Amino acid sequence: MMDTILEPLQFAFFQKGLLVATLSGALLGFVGVFIVLRGMSYIGHGLSHAVFGGFAAFQLFAAQLYIIGAGLWGIASALAITQVARRSRVGADAAIGVITTASFALGVALFAKFGTSGPAFDNALFGSILGITSMQIWGLLAVCALTGAFVFLRYRALLFSTFDPDVADVSGVNVGRIEAGLMIVLSLAILATLTVIGVTLVAAMLVIPAVVARMLTDSFGRMLWLSTVIGAVCGLVGMYLSYFAGVPSGTMIVLVGAVVFTVVLAVTGGKGLRRSAGLDDHGATEPVRAPVNAL
Amino acid sequence: MTGTGVGPILIDMLAVDAGYRGSHVLHNVDFEVHEDQFTGIVGPSGAGKTTLLRVLLGTLDPTGGAMSRSKDLRISYVPQLETVNWDFPVTVFECVLMSRTSGRIAPWPTKSERAEVRAVLERLGISDLASRHIRELSGGQQQRMFLARALLRKPNLLLLDEPTSGVDVSTRHDVLHLLGDLHEDGMAIVLTTHDLNGMAAHLPHLVCVNGRVVASGTPHDVITPHVLEQTYGARMEVLEHLGMPVVVDAAPEMIDRRQSA
Repeated sequence: MMDTILEPLQFAFFQKGLLVATLSGALLGFVGVFIVLRGMSYIGHGLSHAVFGGFAAFQLFAAQLYIIGAGLWGIASALAITQVARRSRVGADAAIGVITTASFALGVALFAKFGTSGPAFDNALFGSILGITSMQIWGLLAVCALTGAFVFLRYRALLFSTFDPDVADVSGVNVGRIEAGLMIVLSLAILATLTVIGVTLVAAMLVIPAVVARMLTDSFGRMLWLSTVIGAVCGLVGMYLSYFAGVPSGTMIVLVGAVVFTVVLAVTGGKGLRRSAGLDDHGATEPVRAPVNAL
Repeated sequence: MTGTGVGPILIDMLAVDAGYRGSHVLHNVDFEVHEDQFTGIVGPSGAGKTTLLRVLLGTLDPTGGAMSRSKDLRISYVPQLETVNWDFPVTVFECVLMSRTSGRIAPWPTKSERAEVRAVLERLGISDLASRHIRELSGGQQQRMFLARALLRKPNLLLLDEPTSGVDVSTRHDVLHLLGDLHEDGMAIVLTTHDLNGMAAHLPHLVCVNGRVVASGTPHDVITPHVLEQTYGARMEVLEHLGMPVVVDAAPEMIDRRQSA
């Protein structure tokens, strides 16, 4: 049994893959708390697709710089979505739909027309642990450090602007700057985890750990570390299972997340569902009515 | 304190226009907020009450007119309970501490911050609820929690959007008494409301708004059939009860019958 478990660890590519998958799960779980609580789950889905456009385009025109190019592309898409949603009558969901799917379509078209000199199309879509470079590992570590520093230094402003952006705005929080910072961190997190998780599955790992953590706790601080741990465990276990099952790593990581969600749902039952009931797009839809009780 | 505002001016609006995407909601509004003011802004839905509040807050820039603010102005804002996501994972303590966003880098509170939060919760009578999730509070306790969050910023002007909306009668009295106490302690308070009778009983100064300032003064000055018809576009009967004006919510034909009888 132990031999079987240890068997894949003899391969350097798997060791790298395991490290990257665990870190990726933790990073997406950490960032996902803010995304889910802001009712922005759809933006994670959209941005991963937008990044794919930059990924494809820069492989063609500047293959050595495709990571940087895709990152800049993702950040530009995130900021464009924020601006379009804020300055026009178009809602955030429609802005995400237009900007990110157009970017994804461009990526697919470029791949189809010119092929690629970097990672294969399927790998970009569904994730792969083959060919992970030291540069990618260092890049992921740097994004983890940057994200941790951003949240540590701006924790209260992030929490306030996530819970109540209007009041945060009049209480001295620069909500616009906080949102832009979060979008940049999200874009970088998606980019850094893209190779292992895959474009189409990144959004799931942004959402699942955060929702599971929400079902387990009513405290924001506890939700933050629980989501990080759940994401890391999903990455670790998913990567192991993908080796034995012979399926893409991203697919198995998301499936493990789905199993964890189902188990926690079964254990917490109605309480967990009630806790996660407010994780819809509360920022742009009908207000949630307060319970009306006597003092 | 009179509550009608005779102290130094905190905010001065002169002939201000304001609105959204080119449409004017408020037109030619003159409005002053004094250090000793306790004012209720009343008017029908869509009259511009929240727009006026947003201009006072500084989250909406006027499209016309002039506006000045005192250098000493420190505003705190209490939102409508109906707009809050009560499933958000925060305890009462975490929610109150949120407003302390400057001066401290680390996420966790210092000893003195903990003591400050405890003191303000104590003052509002909800110190035993500090570790509860916000969903577990009653309507009055929720309002007190947001007041605690606002007071932690040590404001000299408190703005509240519909603080009596969605709460029962006893909670409404409780909230308005609490605001009266805060005003007695020297805080300027401006709130919006639909609740004419509740305001007449508790607030010394009312402003009727319907796209413009229709009338301003004490409840006796403002709650008259003439002003209410101008503000709401409907005839209303006003009775006197225990020295206070009381608005009777009745159909025009009933008012006619009562007046002819």
